[in-house]
Formats: sequence, C-alpha cells, structure tokens
Amino acid sequence: MIRNWRQFQDASIHRFFQFNGVLSILILLGIFFILFKDGLPALQQLGVGTFIQMIWNPTSFVQETYGMGAMIISTLMVTFLALLIAVPVGLGCAAYLSEVAPNWVREILKPVIEILAGIPSVVLGFLGIVIIGPWIARVFHLPNGLNALNGAILLAVMSLPTIISISEDAISSVPRAYKEASLALGASKWQTLIRVIVPSALSGIIASVMLGMGRAIGETMTVLMATGNALKTPTHILEAVRTMTATIAIELGEVPFGSEHYHGLFVIGFVLFVMTFLVNLVADIVLAKYQEVER
Amino acid sequence: MINKSVTEKIGFAVLAFCGLLVVLTLFGILWDIGYNGAAVLSWEFLTQPPREGMTLGGIFPALLGTLLVSLITVLFSVPLGMFSAIYLNEYARQGRLVRMIRLSIRNLSGVPSIVYGLFGVALFVRIFYFGASILSAGLTLGLLTLPWTITASEEALKTVPKSYRDGSLALGATKWQAIRTNVLPYAIPGMLSGAILGLARAAGETAPILFTGAAFFIPDLPRTLLDQFMALPYHLYILSTQHQDIATVRPIAYGTALVLIALVLCLNMVAVLIRYHYRKKARMAQ
Repeated sequence: MIRNWRQFQDASIHRFFQFNGVLSILILLGIFFILFKDGLPALQQLGVGTFIQMIWNPTSFVQETYGMGAMIISTLMVTFLALLIAVPVGLGCAAYLSEVAPNWVREILKPVIEILAGIPSVVLGFLGIVIIGPWIARVFHLPNGLNALNGAILLAVMSLPTIISISEDAISSVPRAYKEASLALGASKWQTLIRVIVPSALSGIIASVMLGMGRAIGETMTVLMATGNALKTPTHILEAVRTMTATIAIELGEVPFGSEHYHGLFVIGFVLFVMTFLVNLVADIVLAKYQEVER
Repeated sequence: MINKSVTEKIGFAVLAFCGLLVVLTLFGILWDIGYNGAAVLSWEFLTQPPREGMTLGGIFPALLGTLLVSLITVLFSVPLGMFSAIYLNEYARQGRLVRMIRLSIRNLSGVPSIVYGLFGVALFVRIFYFGASILSAGLTLGLLTLPWTITASEEALKTVPKSYRDGSLALGATKWQAIRTNVLPYAIPGMLSGAILGLARAAGETAPILFTGAAFFIPDLPRTLLDQFMALPYHLYILSTQHQDIATVRPIAYGTALVLIALVLCLNMVAVLIRYHYRKKARMAQ
C-alpha cells in the first residue's frame, strides 16, 4: 500500500514536471495562435490583397491603405545593411579570438563581448540620436541623421555579440588535426585559417549570421528611435525609413481596441513572427547539420 | 616566401583591428554615457520624482517601477524555467517530444520582443483582463525571459555529477527524493545566477512593456500590481524622443541611461560572481 502511494506520488511529480517541460511548446503555439486570431478580422474585412500593396496609411482621411510592402523593404534594407557591417567585423573578431589572440587579449575581449550583448537596446537607440545622428548629418550634409544608415549601424552593434560568439564556437571546434595537417604541408597560419579552418566551420558561421539576422529583423527600440520613421518606400540608405517593428511600436498605443487598424497591426506582428521563425529555423537546421558532422 | 609572411601579417592585423573595433565600441558607449550621465547623478536624482514637466527632479518612480516589474518577471519565469529544466535534464528521455521542446525553446528565444508585446496585450491585458499594469508587463517579460531561465537552470543541473543521483537512488530514495535532496541543493547557485541574468534582461527591455503597462508620467507611486508604472528604459525613450523640449531634458536622459546601464551591468556582474564562486567551491569538493 505504502509502496503504491510512493509510486503514485512519484508519478504525479513526474507528470507535473513534464507539463512544465511542454509549456514552451504551448507558449510558442499560443503566440502563433493569438497573433493569427487577432490578425484574422483585418484580413477578412480588408482582404489579403490590401496588405500586399506598398503604402501603409490606416489613418488617412482620403483612402485608408494597409500595404506592408514599404515597411518590409525597410526592414530588409536596414537588416542587410547592418549585416554588411556586422558580418565582416564579427567574423574577423571571431577568427582573431580563436586563432590569433594571445591569452591576455582573450581574457579582455570575451567579457567585452558579453557586456556589449547586455547593453539595453533603448540605450543604443539613445546614442543613435545623440551621437551617430549628428555625425551622419555632418558627414553627408543632411538636415538630420535619423535614417536607415543610422539604424543599421546600431543593429550591427546589437547583432555583433551573437555573430561573434556563435562563429567563434564554430571556428574553435574545427578538429586540431585539420590545422596541423595544413601546417605540416607548409601552409602559413593565415593560409590555414582562410583555406582550411573557415571552410570547415562554414555551416556554424552561416548559422551565426542567420541568428544575427533574426535579431536585427526583430529589434524594435533602436530602429524606432534612430531611423526617422517616414512612411514611404525607401530608395536610398540616407532616407528615413519605418520598419515593421517600429510601425507596431508607434501605432499600437493609439488605435482603438478592436478596430481594423488594431487587427492590422497584428497582421504585421504575425508576418514578423513568421519571418523570424523561418530565419531561426534555418539557422537551427544548419547548426544541427554541423554538429552532426562534428561527431 | 616573403610574400606569404607579409600576407599573413596584414591578415592578422586586419583581424586584430576587428577585435579592437569591438572593444572601442563598448568603451565608447560606456565612456559617453558615463561621462555625461555622471554630471547629473546625485542622491536627489535617484530618490526624487520628476518635476516641472520632467525637466527637473529625479527618476525615483521609474527606478522603482523597473525593480517591481523585474521582480514579477523573476517570480514568474524562474520557477517555470526551473521545473522545465528539471524535466528536460532529470526525467525526459531523448525522443521526439524532447526535440520538439528544445526546438520551441530555441525559437522562443528568437521571437522579437515587440511580438511578445503584442502577445501580452492580447493575452494578459485583454483576455485575462489585467489591463495595462505591472502584472501584465511582468508576465509578458516573464515569457520573454523564460527560454533564458530554462537554459541557465539546465546548465546548472548538468554540473551536478551523476553519482550524486545514483547514490541516493541506490539507498532506496524515489526519483523525486533524489532530485530534491541530492541534486537541487547543488544546482541552486547556478539557477540563482541564471535568475539574476534574466532579471538584468527584463530590466533593460522596452518594447514588451510599451503597451502592457508602462506609463509616460504618473505623479503617485504604484499601490497595487494592477496599477500602471513608470520604467527606466521607457523613461529614457520618452525623454529622448517624445518630450516637448528634448534639448532641455538631455542631461536627465543621460542620467537615466547611466542608471539603467549601471543596474544591468551590476546584475550581470553579481550573476558572474555567484557562478564563479560556486564553481570554485564545487571543484574543491570533488
């Protein structure tokens, strides 16, 4: 009897922890479901076609438009510009950390990267306004420096720690034998790094770039504060742009609950969720593949 | 041959420059905020509410609001993260379910913070009817930090040697007794350090609290968990973009940024110290 009670108790505790384990799946599905449910009324009333136009202007007096084209282009433009800065610097830093840096430099650089990852995005956005903005305005002779370039510089800073730490992992887990074989054949350390180590670590490096991209697409405060938020299709990196995240952040506070506009913002959220989900999923698959190869 | 070594020198110099750039970026940020922020920092700044349309006075309500919300966040996300990690590390067998859970955790950590904000508005503010409040914002941030607390707790559980569990099980303890008496006590410091890291993350987030409870300005301090609140990161956002006289409040914005960064970095530091301290102790015990 007592034995059975003990077994029962232990089994219930097992179930309790299992439920908590499954909670992550439920939350992910919950986010997907709620964004979809709250976006659906807008899709039904306005039609899917409305959302694939260019211009977003739900508060226009003449003709309300819900086109997401311009803001998706803005998001991608700022993201790719950010990666253009962050990928070379990040990979260089990662290669330096794992192959070149003496120990004492590593002891400094590692915590620096961790601290950089911890700086709140709103603080970076603030610096975008007070430092990078005036600097861009001066260099390019513009009335103000709040534009796509400014946001991209800040996003680069934000995605650097992700890119560095994951690609450094990838580079330093390349088997020693590869490196030694290459050196033994008379290749210099540099040739070994470029032609042997980096190609072997490539899938991990790609995953790091994808994860950095996911961060950049979803980042809100820095782009909200630094990109100028103009509602139009961007044609130039020195123009003010408004990203998907910034649009939600600006408008959700002002819309009446339950209006078409309110539900329209959930459509943006849903598309954003799906975009980052796919980017992260690809990173995940690439990373799993490389861990398999490692084994 | 000379060509080869010259290429190598130049190549390594470029890599070192990349590293230097990262260091300079961080020190540039810390220097600018530290230098300009320190000018307004005082005891009064930390303990007084804003006055005269936020052009004078301090940031006490924002500091308090951030601490309160972070507390709710931790109370919500740490137990859930712990339980989840206990399941993954102690009970679960490798299989499809565990793979699904891990995939979900990794994807949750990549969900944009503004999407958590939307989710929080729809679920906590509307469906649960908590309104825009400390509670809604805390729970939203709790969901956001959950992937991190799970991962940190699991790391902590992994450091406990398998023999601790086996010893207890061999003496006839049930699985839960073994976990409670022989695993958790050794994993708690690691979990605590993970909890503090979560706290630091929550304290610095802005986007998820924009619509779930943060307020522009409230003259009184919050009395219940269903009140709205002021928060440091939101206050900084307001002072640098939404205030009618941005130039005048710039020093206060710098001060707010400094307090926010200092808070986040101190929490990080405490977490690292706890981890370091107990790791050393654990190594000595073995």
